[in-house]
Amino acid sequence: MISVYHYLVLSAILFSMGTFGVLTRKNAIVIFMCIELMLNSVNLSFIALSRHLGNMDGQVFVFFVMTVAAAEAAVGLALFITLFRNNETIEVDQVNLLKW
Amino acid sequence: MYDKLWLIPFFPLLGSVINGLFGKKIKNEKVIGSIATLAIASSFVVSCLCFFTLLDDKVKIHQQVVASWMSIGQLQIDWGFLLDPLSALMIMVVTGVGSLIHLYSIGYMHGEEGFYRFFCYLNLFCFSMLMLVLGNNALVMFVGWEGVGLCSYLLIGYYFEKKSAGDAAKKAFVVNRVGDFGFLLGLFTLFWYLGSEHNVWTVNFVEISQNAHLLPAGGFVVTFVTLCFFLGATGKSAQIPLYTWLPDAMEGPTPVSALIHAATMVTAGVYMIGRMNGLFALAPTTMMVIAIVGAATAIFAASIGLAQNDIKRVLAYSTVSQLGYMFLAMGVGAFTAGVFHLMTHAFFKACLFLGSGSVIHGMHHGYHHAHLHDDPQDMRNMGGLRKKMPITFVTFLVSTIAIAGIPGFSGFFSKDEILWWSFGSNHGSWMLWLVGAIAAGLTAFYMFRLVFMTFFGEQRTDPRAKDHIPESGLTITIPLMVLGVLAVLGGYVGVPAILGGANKIHHYLEPVFGHTIEVNHIAAHGSHSTEIALMATSIAIAVFGIFLAWLMYVKKPELPGKFVGAFTGLHRTIFNKWYVDEIYDALFVNPTKRLGTFFWKGFDVKVVDGIVNGVGALVNLASKGLRYTQSGLVQNYAMTMVLGVIVIAAFYFFG
Repeated sequence: MISVYHYLVLSAILFSMGTFGVLTRKNAIVIFMCIELMLNSVNLSFIALSRHLGNMDGQVFVFFVMTVAAAEAAVGLALFITLFRNNETIEVDQVNLLKW
Repeated sequence: MYDKLWLIPFFPLLGSVINGLFGKKIKNEKVIGSIATLAIASSFVVSCLCFFTLLDDKVKIHQQVVASWMSIGQLQIDWGFLLDPLSALMIMVVTGVGSLIHLYSIGYMHGEEGFYRFFCYLNLFCFSMLMLVLGNNALVMFVGWEGVGLCSYLLIGYYFEKKSAGDAAKKAFVVNRVGDFGFLLGLFTLFWYLGSEHNVWTVNFVEISQNAHLLPAGGFVVTFVTLCFFLGATGKSAQIPLYTWLPDAMEGPTPVSALIHAATMVTAGVYMIGRMNGLFALAPTTMMVIAIVGAATAIFAASIGLAQNDIKRVLAYSTVSQLGYMFLAMGVGAFTAGVFHLMTHAFFKACLFLGSGSVIHGMHHGYHHAHLHDDPQDMRNMGGLRKKMPITFVTFLVSTIAIAGIPGFSGFFSKDEILWWSFGSNHGSWMLWLVGAIAAGLTAFYMFRLVFMTFFGEQRTDPRAKDHIPESGLTITIPLMVLGVLAVLGGYVGVPAILGGANKIHHYLEPVFGHTIEVNHIAAHGSHSTEIALMATSIAIAVFGIFLAWLMYVKKPELPGKFVGAFTGLHRTIFNKWYVDEIYDALFVNPTKRLGTFFWKGFDVKVVDGIVNGVGALVNLASKGLRYTQSGLVQNYAMTMVLGVIVIAAFYFFG
């Protein structure tokens, strides 16, 4: 029997993997995908809890998150293209102009 | 008539404002001078009306409140005026002599840069002086007191492009501040004591004298209060120890010296003591201090006057000396005599200063004509001027006789009354008389030395300039003549009973001083023969002084040189004013400067700036280290955020 507990553990594992990827990977697109992973792990826990509690609010939230993620994807990819055009790289450790 | 009192200070204020605001645009010297002179002359007319109304009036003390100034609890302070015989006499002197000096200044200041500025200040001075004498409470008096100090500063520093004039102005102001501090301290103590001990909250002169009996006679409080007020008087009236500013004040234009530093402002201290006579009479110690300081100043300043060569400096020391006489009179309880001498001194000393101004004007003209830069004030360059400047000479001579104390002239009556009181009063002593009499002899000597060096003998002026020294114009000679006449006749209001006079001024001032003298049993005792003998002695001393001056400076002009040769050290000491300025520099001025330098270089630069700069440096240092956290790498920031979340979560779960 798969309980809400299992969903939440899976969600936590996915979220940790995403966070780890964001902090360690250099390629901006991979970082971006890791962020998507984090968002969707949260979506998973929303859905699980929504079903468990019999409350629709969590499912509504998931739609919001997906919308924001889609918008983010559009803006983020546009930024990466601009970045690549200017720097010929999308390695984030090469992009460190905003400092002292 | 009394409700028009406010007009008296108002006219000079108006004149000052007009000349101050529009003088630069008016430009025309005649218009500017006329505005100023008319302003003070109008005051004189109003003063005359008030004065004569008061003479015929049964009630002698009138107060006029113009507006309320402040009202705090039971304390009510007004912009109020007080007209009594004392202030009426003072306004007559201030506006009368003031008008003449304004007229004189039109001629004397002709062609000076800042002509309008001069008249603006001069009118402002008259306004302040009239506030001082007319104020019905100590605070209004203090406004005038500070106002005249300010105008004195402005006018001494009139030729501000000269360093010596600027320095003299600063000196006068700073020295006066020392005195003002005494005035304020005395006023506060008196106010506090009357208020807290007796619930009489007042600074009004009439109320103060009505409540003077609340202060224990001879007690600590009244002695302290009066000594503080006397310190104020020594500053304003140039007495030991604060007299040093007055001789330096001669850097100002001569009419200023005549009006401010001889006739009016410097007598403010005497007036103030007269105004508070009820308090001073309660403090015998203070009275003694005043008498001693006055006598000491009289003889000390006179001794310095013996050896000065600058015509105005001699007159300056003479003024200090004569003010000493006035304080001597106040100190021995001869309030009337002091005020009487104040009045006669205003006439003859104003005349002397204006006469010296006329001489300087002429000398300056001569040197200017010959393109020379000799000192037009040095008496060694003068001599034989009596033929060139007959009017100046006659008026000057008359005033000199008056100051020397020759019978028949004004100075004789007032000075002799002071000497008599200093001997016969129950506050006096024969020592005070002796000092006063010797000072009178010195006065006669140095004043006639001045006359002989200036007007008699061979003319020692540079030959290129000597024939171009004209008599001054009418605006200058008219005031001289009027003041010369007053210098002769002014004394006849106070002919003592022993000479068959009615001593009118004594009766006139009775409402002001009578009560105090009666309550405190102040009186001069002595037989008529003593009085006559003292009078004869002082005349003899004066005549001897004149004779000595004649002998040394007319008959045998080689004598002074020999004398100086014989007493080189003494002469040098006197010539250098007993080195008092140097002593003060060493004792007060230089230590103060050093303290200032210490606070500047030691405290301000090191400590204050150190703290301020240290705070700045600390922030700088801290940010230098912290800026390395700003790496510009997104992942570092994200890492920080995650760590933050972990900390918060840990705190939530385990805290």
